[in-house]
Amino acid sequence: MSTTSHEATGSDTPTVKMITGTIDGTDVTVPEGTMIIRAAELMGVEVPRFCDHPLLDPVAACRACLVEVEGMPKPQPSCAVPLGDGMTVQTQLTSEVADTAQKGVMEFLLINHPLDCPVCDKGGECPLQNQAMSVGRPESRFTGQKREFPKPINVSSEILLDRERCVSCARCTRFAEQIAGDPFIALLERGAQQQVGTGEEPFDSYFSGNTIQICPVGALTSEEYRFRSRPFDLVSVPTTCEHCASGCSMRTDYRHENVMRRQSGDDPEVNEEWNCDKGRFAFPYLQLERLATPLVRENGQLRRASWPEALRIAADGLAAARGRTSVLTGGRLTMEDAYAYARFARVGLGTDDIDLRARAASDEETDFLSGEVAGSCGPVYRELESAPAVLLAALEPEEESPIIYLRLRKAARAGTKVFSLGPFASQGLEKMAGSLVECVPGDLATQLDQLDDETAAALSQPGAVILLGERAATEPGAFAAMSRLVQRTGAEWAWVPRRAGERGAIDAGCLPGLLPGGRPLTDETARQEIASLWGIDPDELPATAGRSLAATVAQIHADAKAASEAGEEEEFSPELAALLVAGVEPDDIPNADQFLTALDSVPFLVSLETRPSEVTARADVVLPVAVVTEKSGAFVTWEGRRRPFGTVMPQPTSFTDAVVLALLSDYMDLATPPREVDDLRTELGNLGAWQGSRVSPADVPAGSAQQPGSGEAVLASWRYLLDLGTMQEGEPHLAGTRKPAVVRISAATAAANGVEAGSRVRVSTDTGAITLPVELTEMAENVVWLPLNSPDSQVLVSLGALPGDTVRLERGDV
Amino acid sequence: MSGTKLTPVITEYWDDAKPWSIDSYRSHGGYSTLKQSLETDPDDVIATIKDSGLRGRGGAGFPTGMKWSFVPQNDGKPHYLVVNADESEPGACKDIPIMLANPHALIEGVIMTCHAIRAHHAFIYIRGEVPHPIRRVHQAVAEARAAGFIGKNILGTGIDLDVVVHGGAGAYICGEETALLDSLEGLRGQPRLKPPFPAVAGLYASPTVVNNVETITSVPYIIRNGVEWYRGFGTEKSPGFKVWAVSGHVRRPGIYEAPLGITMRELLDYAGGIREGHELKFWLPGGSSVPMLTADHLDTPLTYEDMVEAGSMLGTGTPMVFDETTSVVKAITRWLEFYKHESCGKCTPCREGTYWITGTLEKFQGGFGQEKEVDELVELCNQIMGRSFCALGDAAATPYPGALKYFRSEFTDALTQPPDDLFSPSATMVIPSPAGVAG
Ligand SMILES: Cc1cc2nc3c(=O)[nH]c(=O)nc-3n(C[C@H](O)[C@H](O)[C@H](O)COP(=O)(O)O)c2cc1C
Ligand code: SF4
Ligand code: SF4
Ligand code: SF4
Ligand code: FES
Repeated sequence: MSTTSHEATGSDTPTVKMITGTIDGTDVTVPEGTMIIRAAELMGVEVPRFCDHPLLDPVAACRACLVEVEGMPKPQPSCAVPLGDGMTVQTQLTSEVADTAQKGVMEFLLINHPLDCPVCDKGGECPLQNQAMSVGRPESRFTGQKREFPKPINVSSEILLDRERCVSCARCTRFAEQIAGDPFIALLERGAQQQVGTGEEPFDSYFSGNTIQICPVGALTSEEYRFRSRPFDLVSVPTTCEHCASGCSMRTDYRHENVMRRQSGDDPEVNEEWNCDKGRFAFPYLQLERLATPLVRENGQLRRASWPEALRIAADGLAAARGRTSVLTGGRLTMEDAYAYARFARVGLGTDDIDLRARAASDEETDFLSGEVAGSCGPVYRELESAPAVLLAALEPEEESPIIYLRLRKAARAGTKVFSLGPFASQGLEKMAGSLVECVPGDLATQLDQLDDETAAALSQPGAVILLGERAATEPGAFAAMSRLVQRTGAEWAWVPRRAGERGAIDAGCLPGLLPGGRPLTDETARQEIASLWGIDPDELPATAGRSLAATVAQIHADAKAASEAGEEEEFSPELAALLVAGVEPDDIPNADQFLTALDSVPFLVSLETRPSEVTARADVVLPVAVVTEKSGAFVTWEGRRRPFGTVMPQPTSFTDAVVLALLSDYMDLATPPREVDDLRTELGNLGAWQGSRVSPADVPAGSAQQPGSGEAVLASWRYLLDLGTMQEGEPHLAGTRKPAVVRISAATAAANGVEAGSRVRVSTDTGAITLPVELTEMAENVVWLPLNSPDSQVLVSLGALPGDTVRLERGDV
Repeated sequence: MSGTKLTPVITEYWDDAKPWSIDSYRSHGGYSTLKQSLETDPDDVIATIKDSGLRGRGGAGFPTGMKWSFVPQNDGKPHYLVVNADESEPGACKDIPIMLANPHALIEGVIMTCHAIRAHHAFIYIRGEVPHPIRRVHQAVAEARAAGFIGKNILGTGIDLDVVVHGGAGAYICGEETALLDSLEGLRGQPRLKPPFPAVAGLYASPTVVNNVETITSVPYIIRNGVEWYRGFGTEKSPGFKVWAVSGHVRRPGIYEAPLGITMRELLDYAGGIREGHELKFWLPGGSSVPMLTADHLDTPLTYEDMVEAGSMLGTGTPMVFDETTSVVKAITRWLEFYKHESCGKCTPCREGTYWITGTLEKFQGGFGQEKEVDELVELCNQIMGRSFCALGDAAATPYPGALKYFRSEFTDALTQPPDDLFSPSATMVIPSPAGVAG
């Protein structure tokens, strides 16, 4: 990653040879290797097609795209024959042969098709329907018995298959094999009985929804959307996925006031034409119980209040705590809302206590994010694709940033070597044909320092990339060690957060000591730039770096202790008198109990939320804010790429966080800050890149793994993509595709602890225990892995432990 | 009698006591020149086969030497020879007898071919429904291995070769060379998109030659006796001899080995003529996948080029003969039922077309076809022909238009009357059916 702007990637790509052929009498010049069907598209000629998909290898199976090629005795599948130099092609527009061939195929395709368009989800947007209109006959000549199948069948709890509608184009099965790498569906049987089926492997893919989208008929549908709408009744809006920092472009379709479905958008630079099932299906949460009005606490109870009343109480409370308030923004805000918090904290609340991280974090990470990540640009997706080697550290892309996984898998299929520092070779790593560099949690920094020569040599090739996941925050010394490895190898690097709003909030200045645009709070020039932007005197900015979330919680507890020691009579003034909290899920925070008791004991708590939560339940004032479909804004991908999106369904009564903060400023008699997305974005944009000096990360010594005693193991854990995340609520069919929670230990560790294949394992700490079936895994000894936040496996809550900690291990079913 | 003599070469000693044994084969000169041929430069072996004009006997007649020469040399990849012994074409029955009676000639051919194409691994993919030849070829491979013709350092030449006999799982499409390769790799047998052709990227994406059993079995005889000897048989464009398997309504159905260019009239003579009291109705030169011919074509030489000229194809060179007791409607329906059953399902024209055509033909067979369907079926065949992914579709589109050309009235008759009323099923039987089983 570098702070200078990103260098153009096109310059060193090898020059492509251009060739010229003739299609329907017109010359067309295209890069060598371009299929006729694509070349024809370029000149506005649409050849019918079903099996063809630009991102899948051609199969030439459906034969809908036959065209005449001079010198070839038979019509050729234009999806699988590249245009040759000097080649003469005639499509259906100029060739009788092509035209009759296409019509013949179209007629055949319909004989066994049920033609149940009126009750088919695809009706109205169906390539078969559309092309039958343009290429088909008005009446069928076929009078025989159509082939029949029971319909539909579940291939997973979310995906349904109607085999009667299938045209055997093999798009879904090729997607599964070539793109996702999950061979969960395959074509079975032969002749007219050929059908898509699940085979012997259980259905298992995070990307299954893409098959629905690319199916050229209504053979694949989702439980979520089935029979719920007709495409022509939907309003479609291009959006950005709010679920992770992969930053998928999406299309949100709504009807009346409800989101009906979401589909992957087409962005060759980011998600190409794919997305993950979480992004696609996890939107019903948007329509679950919302906070309808502001709430205020009266006699210990929350009651509904008008906006003016609630704003008055909040403004007074916050004004009274000026300089003694801490702001926790969570990782889900848009960049613009995050910026509004960054400014409101410093200007409105006179505090630098601000932290976007509702997760395990460290001071070392704060320095790293401020000094190295904020406002920077690093390698992008295309560079992952062209990298000779990629090292993953504390990152499981398939679970934590699925589009990175898809891009790396694509890269790996073309020769990129993927290495991963982790406790075992995950399914995702295997699907990328990657190599494991075994690393016990806690040991990451040491392993980065001691990376073997062969891997280091791979990373020393030009274009190699190191991807460091957010879990590195629990690895002492990891950031400094990565810098050393970058020095050693010259590799590019990027830091990959999980949540969609983290990177934007870092750029916007939601960290203690970090002003917007990567500007250090303690730098004079930076202070001046920011102060003049905000129309205040530099001296009005907080003088020293504030508190992180962890420090905030600790301070509130210290205050409470001091208060109880001070006794009843004494006037006690706490260091922290108020909290302003946005979109924080307590269960995501290590030591959630401590966090909740801090919320209980802080004198004044204002919560900006969309839905009732454990935070709102403890707040003095609750101010409802807009969900992602009701506002515009931008998320920032792990690359640092801004992904702006527009409002899907405008709701006059719902306000963005920025608008609410502006209202609070008004009530606090402060100058009104910008509140509209465009203004916020412009203001942040005007700031430009920071050229001055940056926080230099502290040289934290490399940590090493704990040495568990007998009956103990080092805890390893990360989140499954589909887990108990609150934004997945309300979609049981998606939940049905979650991976089952298991405990992974090596056979030797199992044997040493009296665990056998098939038995259950109890993992415990003083806080509590989790008991799950064991899956013996080739992995480091005396390490135990379990999913971080899955049903029956909530590590933070149940164990109160973090990866790298020592836990107890025993047979669980005795 | 005939002007063309039978020329038993592959079939020469099939009346030996155990012609399939290695001793029998060796007593007729088998393996005698193997060492010498292994010491010949591989390119010279390819040149010999090229010069001999040997054409593939699997149906397409592709020049064998040319196919071998497409294998890239010094590419650092393993090369493979795959012998196509999936013989499943209706009417084709020559590879199975060859494997039963003369497996060692096949194996010697395999060894010589592997040497020519620099392969150290050969596979013989045998149709799964026929256990006898599978057992026999297994046995022959074991014998050849014991004799030092297969294995490490063959006959001290430093050449290594392993031969694997593989039984298929019962699909006609697995005879198509690329589907065969998928099947051999353990995948579902469906044809692959070409290019790349197998010679460049075949089995396990490595250069692979796929040849028919009869093709490979011809190789040792050519190598032993020379190009001139071989070209002494047959015609300029179709040189050599061939194992003709004559079946159907003839007195002596069976295997007749004779040069290419022999006529059907001559072959019929060797086969004892049409059944007593009957006359020829139609015949097919090489399996159900080639258009039918009639008595008018009895004097056309059976060569690749003349059969095309006559509107048919030589195909597998296994003539099927039908007399006047045969219902063309029923014969065509049988074949289409076969193609429908064997269509792999990959491409639309073949998958849907065979489903539709067969359904319609079954109506004709029941006597309730519709008049417009007589010509509609030709259109449907045209919608398959040349548009399908592989040649199975073309094959399925072949029988009907050919039949209609000569026997249109039988189809129009079937609009009102089931063919069984006009053609007694028992009369057409060659082997009487057991009581109660209708034709
Ligand atoms: C549907 C289909 C079935 C085939 N079955 C066979 C077969 O059983 N045996 C065979 O040798 N070739 C068969 N072929 C031809 C092969 O694809 C291939 O052309 C042949 O094995 C090449 O060998 P040759 O050059 O020695 O003839 C079949 C082709 C098709 C399209
Ligand atoms: S289910 Fe859809 S995508 Fe899959 S093969 Fe059938 S038509 Fe194609
Ligand atoms: S990969 Fe991330 S951004 Fe893309 S759809 Fe899934 S959760 Fe959303
Ligand atoms: S023509 Fe098509 S459906 Fe028929 S066997 Fe070949 S590939 Fe399969
Ligand atoms: S789109 Fe070309 S064959 Fe299907």
